[in-house]
Amino acid sequence: MDLLSLFPEWVLVHGPAAIVVLPLMFGALVALSPSEKLSWATTWIVTGLSGLMSLGLLLQVISHGPIGYAMGGWKPPLGIAYSVDALNAPILLLISVVAFICTIYALPSVVAEVGPKKRSTFYAVFLLSFAGLMGMVATADAFNVFVFLEISSISTYALVAMGSSRDRRALPSSFNYLIMGSIGATFFVIGIGFLYMQTGTLNMMDMARVLQDIGPGDRVVQLAFAFIVIGLGLKLAMFPLHTWLPTAYAYAPSFFTAFLAATATKAALYLLMRFTFTVFDPSWDFISTALMVIIAGLGTIGMLAASLQAIFQSDIRRVLAFSSVAQVGYILLGIGMATTLGLTAGYLHILNHAVMKGALFLAVGAFWYRFGITKVSDMRGLGKTMPWTMAGFTIAGLSLIGVPGTVGFVSKLALVQAAAENGWWWAIGVIVVSSVLAIVYVGRMIEQAYFQPVPKINDRYIKRNEAPLMMLIPLWTLALASVAFGINSHWPMSLAQGAAQVLNDGPILLIRETMPAIPAIPSTGGH
Amino acid sequence: MFEFLTSFSPAFILIAAGVLAGFIPSSSISSHLRKVLLVGAPALALVLINTIYFSQNESTYLGGSMSFANIELTTLRIDSLSIIWGYIFCVAGILNGIFALHEKCKITDTSALIYTGAGIGAVFAGDLITLFIFWEILALSSVFIVWRGGPKSYPAGMRYLAMHILSGVLLLAGLVIYGRATGSYAFNNIGIDAPGGWLILLAFGIKAGFPFLHNWMQDAYPRSSVTGTVILSVFTTKLAIYTLARGYAGTEILIYIGAVMTVFPVFFAVLENDLRKVLSYSLNNQLGYMVCGIGIGTQLALNGAAAHMVVHILYKSLLFMSMGAVLHRVGTIKASELGGLFRSMPYTAVFCIIGAAAISAVPFFSGFVAKSMILAAVFEGGYFVVFAMLLFASAGVLEHSGIKVPYFTFFAHDSGKRVKEAPWNMLAAMGITAFLCIYLAIPGPYGGMQYLYNLLPSEVAGAAKFNPYTASHVIFQMQLIMAAMFAFALLKRYGLYPAERRAQILDFDWTYRRLGLALVKWVSAIWTRLGAFATYKLKNFFSNIGRRMYQVFSPAGTFSQDAPSGIAAVMISGMLVAVLLVVYFL
Repeated sequence: MDLLSLFPEWVLVHGPAAIVVLPLMFGALVALSPSEKLSWATTWIVTGLSGLMSLGLLLQVISHGPIGYAMGGWKPPLGIAYSVDALNAPILLLISVVAFICTIYALPSVVAEVGPKKRSTFYAVFLLSFAGLMGMVATADAFNVFVFLEISSISTYALVAMGSSRDRRALPSSFNYLIMGSIGATFFVIGIGFLYMQTGTLNMMDMARVLQDIGPGDRVVQLAFAFIVIGLGLKLAMFPLHTWLPTAYAYAPSFFTAFLAATATKAALYLLMRFTFTVFDPSWDFISTALMVIIAGLGTIGMLAASLQAIFQSDIRRVLAFSSVAQVGYILLGIGMATTLGLTAGYLHILNHAVMKGALFLAVGAFWYRFGITKVSDMRGLGKTMPWTMAGFTIAGLSLIGVPGTVGFVSKLALVQAAAENGWWWAIGVIVVSSVLAIVYVGRMIEQAYFQPVPKINDRYIKRNEAPLMMLIPLWTLALASVAFGINSHWPMSLAQGAAQVLNDGPILLIRETMPAIPAIPSTGGH
Repeated sequence: MFEFLTSFSPAFILIAAGVLAGFIPSSSISSHLRKVLLVGAPALALVLINTIYFSQNESTYLGGSMSFANIELTTLRIDSLSIIWGYIFCVAGILNGIFALHEKCKITDTSALIYTGAGIGAVFAGDLITLFIFWEILALSSVFIVWRGGPKSYPAGMRYLAMHILSGVLLLAGLVIYGRATGSYAFNNIGIDAPGGWLILLAFGIKAGFPFLHNWMQDAYPRSSVTGTVILSVFTTKLAIYTLARGYAGTEILIYIGAVMTVFPVFFAVLENDLRKVLSYSLNNQLGYMVCGIGIGTQLALNGAAAHMVVHILYKSLLFMSMGAVLHRVGTIKASELGGLFRSMPYTAVFCIIGAAAISAVPFFSGFVAKSMILAAVFEGGYFVVFAMLLFASAGVLEHSGIKVPYFTFFAHDSGKRVKEAPWNMLAAMGITAFLCIYLAIPGPYGGMQYLYNLLPSEVAGAAKFNPYTASHVIFQMQLIMAAMFAFALLKRYGLYPAERRAQILDFDWTYRRLGLALVKWVSAIWTRLGAFATYKLKNFFSNIGRRMYQVFSPAGTFSQDAPSGIAAVMISGMLVAVLLVVYFL
């Protein structure tokens, strides 16, 4: 049966805009909602609908090629264009599905972690943040990217700060993130400004076309590239620019941490690929040098340094946060190779890492929810006191190490193959060393949970106290997904190959084929 | 149903049985069910292998194909080389199961089944990726068996695991390089000249106990439980022999590695007091013969290695089983505390002596029919130095496994220990194994030698018609045995007498021997001290590194201090400058 035929036509035509506008609109409505249950339900439905629409868009892209959309009927390059192709459709689906799954978890978790009066606002801001991420990914307009980047960032600062009901350290970490994030966004917009100055257009495909005429020798274009790489590098936690990330992940509300870890850096990584490969031209000398030296170089340094740092952390959430920085390093390494195999591996790891890191942070939130556990040393005996949660944590943890049969193995193997094809033997060495470090920091937690005795209170062992079902279901969905896609990796692999294809084709194809294909809103459209 | 079972590798049945055994509760009734699985699953696998292979006419059966990360895997390849390993692994699995019937330990049963399954799966792996997966399962499942040996086994198990994970990593690295360079992951002859060939050889070498890579064996095996050591001694090392035979047959360096492997454990085995450790050394030494045979790589040599592998599994299991039975009843396996046990454990003593005779290659015991094949191949190849080393090692084996083990346990001075005979299931397992040890060496239409020889991988004229029972072979072997026994008696005699009496006899030969022994002891003592010193220095070195790393990377370390936003902003600008430099000038 053809899944695509189940989607009404308007989804496929207006989907690119709807997935952004819907959460944005309901974000405003939810802020006014009187009941937190209602807010939660609305959020859940909105994210669910976005997920369905993203799925429809992805299927449409797979079977019929890229979808364009001209916002408000203004044709590009003058108007704002949205475009969904094989590169961003999987990311859209990833963000919305993770948001949907995490929202299930939010109901018990938010009650425990966020003050009663802030809860409706919390959901409203979450929807804004979600809309921002979707917008960043869906839009084909460079300035529009900046707008949505700011929408998602500012709402993220607010959400991190809301963790202060649980831990006051959320406030300084949110402030720190605010400062650094704003610098990053400013750098990004300066880069866009330079590009606009040189090309006179903001539409990405048009920009790429004009840039081809200008050529690689232009100093302003090179300057713009540097600003954009640093600006996005901050957002995606490229190694020395990652300092905002550990504290922000550690003290934000658990549910949001899981969402953030799974999606936020991924959206920025997508933008990095989009700009480097399809707006600029990877065959230009300065781009290919920067890819090898900056992107791959910093990626590998990050893999080692952040993994080492993760080993020494005492807070579980910080261990996982540093591990995220290391995993971003894997992805950057794949992107930096700039070969089909490398890009496929990097893109695959974007999807896979989101699944496993999401599951890990959900489990950590459940540990806190039941026992207030945030430290590795407090995980003693969790294998007995919270067996199901811990089992989910363990599966995702093994995947993080890269045990065969899990998604982590699939993408690491792909990355090793890509490095071998490139002749980057040092990179294989770094991957192996960093995997060994991952064994240490994940093993440390698993060892505590399964091989240490259950702690006693007043001479009595702590009783089993499993997380509520609403936490277990999302956790296990992600954990099982990490095994299912690890055993049968055909589908994510084909998505990653499609995305790598788009990146490989570079800027030229986008101009020739996608631009004319952008339809105006049909005159009989429902407006 | 049966067609379904034959459509994939029997390894999966064993692994599934292992997982199932893990879920069977440990009450006494349901533990019987687990024991049925423990014995039944390898038996079923044996039948399946036979059915799969002989239900078709090809000499190589390929099946169980799977697709994994866009690579086609062949999980089941049965051909004339792998089937003999498959058979003996299943038989060993059954025997181990019988030997462990009395034991109520869920972890051992589960791990043993998974371990057996992984061994069989790896032997039937048609490509390097499948091999790698089973390689890792093998390592992971076996370490739990090591850990069942009590508190002292935990660090040994960790060291064991570290070596095997290293082996897995090397294999993975090697196979990726090899696969990329040749475009195929099929597991056939690799050779050291192939890209990645050295890495893969090193990975196999760790499991096979190459010199300097062997320590995990003598470290972990003696510390495992009564049943654990018996199980462990079968699969890991013999799988390595299979992979060497498959990938590196005829690689000349293996001849010398094998020769060194046969010789060096002899010295340690003679000095060692823990009898299961003695057997572990002799296991290592026996592997040396097989590695040597593979290195020569002629049809006769490969057949010899395969035959030696089969009989070796049987008699080594038998020896480990008898020592296990002694440990089970007496509670210790130190040569200095045993003795005179033939009174209380007569059957075990007889079985142990049969095993000892088999390992010593006494004619009409199984070691004879295999070892003479390898020796003949070495001789035909013209490697006379190697031949001499193997001869010396044969004498050494006789000394420590053939005589020392049974002598100190069951005879020697009476330790005064009076214990019960081993449990019935242990006796049954030992009995069957002992029967096989003799049966496989009996020539003629009623003996088992023909079956063993028919199974051998290369069906060339020379191999099938190889006759170990020629007068020269038998006389040669008997001379060797007599000489070794004489030497043992002589040494034993001097060991009994006080030193001053010895000093009155002025015999050059005796001085030489005493000096030699003293030298060996001195080297061993210095070696131990050097080892301790090196360990101490290394520990210091690593703790220094650990401290430095802690200072840098820990939450309190320089690296993790929360930089004020101002400094962070400066750093971001610095990064911008760095990127600009790269973009502008590189």
